[in-house]
Amino acid sequence: MGDPSGKRQINTGLVIVAALVALPFVPLFMWAFAGEWRFPDLLPTEWSLRGISSLADPGGRVLGATLNSLLIGASVALASVVVGMPAGMALGGYEWRFKGVVVFFILLPILVPPLASTMGIHLTFIRLGLADTMLGVFLVHLVPTVPYTAIIMTSIFAERTGELEEVARTMGASPWQAFVHVTLPEVAPGVAVAGLFAFLISWGQYILTLLIGGGNVVTLPMLLFSAASGNDPVVTSSLAIVFALPAVLALVVALRFLRPSETDEGRGFVGLGKVS
Amino acid sequence: MGGRVKITLLLAPALLVIGVLFAGGLFAAVVQSLGYLPAIGQTEINFGAYRDVLTGEDFLNSLLLTIYVAGASTGISTVLAVLAALALRRSSGRLSAIVFQLPITIPHLVAAVGIALVVSQTGLGARFAATLGLIGEPAEFPALLYDRYSVGIILTYVWKEVPFIALVVLASLRGVAGELEDVARTLGANAWQRFWYVVFPVISPGIIAASLIVFAFTFGAFEVPYLLGKTYPTILPVMAYNEYRDIELTARPVAMAINVLIALITAVFAALYLRLAKDLGRG
Repeated sequence: MGDPSGKRQINTGLVIVAALVALPFVPLFMWAFAGEWRFPDLLPTEWSLRGISSLADPGGRVLGATLNSLLIGASVALASVVVGMPAGMALGGYEWRFKGVVVFFILLPILVPPLASTMGIHLTFIRLGLADTMLGVFLVHLVPTVPYTAIIMTSIFAERTGELEEVARTMGASPWQAFVHVTLPEVAPGVAVAGLFAFLISWGQYILTLLIGGGNVVTLPMLLFSAASGNDPVVTSSLAIVFALPAVLALVVALRFLRPSETDEGRGFVGLGKVS
Repeated sequence: MGGRVKITLLLAPALLVIGVLFAGGLFAAVVQSLGYLPAIGQTEINFGAYRDVLTGEDFLNSLLLTIYVAGASTGISTVLAVLAALALRRSSGRLSAIVFQLPITIPHLVAAVGIALVVSQTGLGARFAATLGLIGEPAEFPALLYDRYSVGIILTYVWKEVPFIALVVLASLRGVAGELEDVARTLGANAWQRFWYVVFPVISPGIIAASLIVFAFTFGAFEVPYLLGKTYPTILPVMAYNEYRDIELTARPVAMAINVLIALITAVFAALYLRLAKDLGRG
């Protein structure tokens, strides 16, 4: 434990892992600010703000796509928390028969790719006028997000005993009052994490938006994808950095929200699953 | 009885969303895979699409590629994750949490673009090789994108998934495994014995569960192979999408049949995972 050589070895391990994690960001940041960077130069010979200013280019559609992504992400986060929280209460707070079957059903969209179900539902969406609309994209984004919010809320409610609510009820609070004044404040951090998670999953969606949005609903990943298939690493890298920003911000927020002990156990923010 | 009503009401919204949008979508995929497409005047149910898919060479090639990409990504990620977790088990929880959680939150597309800029023939790696005099022209650097071995895809997945598995392993390492290991040390077990007989049995269920998730995910994921993969054969989800985009509506049942097969295969992994997770919860 207090072994000094072991300590040095551990720090080396952390440095190596941190360097590997940082590696893909190195060319991203250099390209974003590169003016001229020919092979085989290790560093750009000229720097420029062309990439950054391309983001504000009125023909580049970046602003509109960012707003679309934010709008869809925020509504998906809100809706999946509203839908996931009661499910979490039922799964985490109570014991009942066939719970395993329901858990399997709710978790299924995490492991079975929603690509299959979305292609299947596309015709129905066309018939209902939901294809090529923001509403349609919002709806299909709920498929990968609701399972996550439900499962995060399940683990939150599983840790609570419900004693405080009982006290509130015996003191004359209505069930609704007990929920708003006792339950909600206590689960608020978990709700925030679940919402963040849902936002990030929606923010990162490419294929579901492409299938249902049909190119009419343009979000940031659409622009990044077409840039990445093209031949301008300066614009691609600038877009990629903007696209990665909410993830980094969310991570900072989540690490502040959660007690270190929770992240230590690997449960907290990401231990529960993965953002795709 | 009141309790049952309450639980049903609490579950209703989530079950409705998943039941209609996910299960309903899968059901529609099954129906269309059987050739039922009134929109183009086909109302006869048949297994033609499945016969075409399962007897054709394209599906087999895609299936093999998908298993290879998902298997290699999962295998490499698992080994590296265990090594990383063992290396970082005693370092600050907060610091390693940040280092590990960054790749998990970064979108796959960003990871793919970053990795491509490192490993492409004019990327950072090739520039280092040129500076060291190992290569002269970009074309002399091995092609790691759009290549036979899907190196770029696998590297992207490894970068994304190692931290996910490592966090699961770290959680169990910092729990019971640490205490048991101390006991084994006082009893005179050497480092290898402590790992193989004490630590590994404790952390292996978590490793298997996390690997199952990663395998199912990489099996069904679309973006990274679509961006960094070669044009033939493609992995199954990309094959399904290409068939789906076909102007000929008669290709629809084939696309849906591939979708149904992907869903069946990943559902098996989902069931395995949940069975394991349940046992873990009990143990």
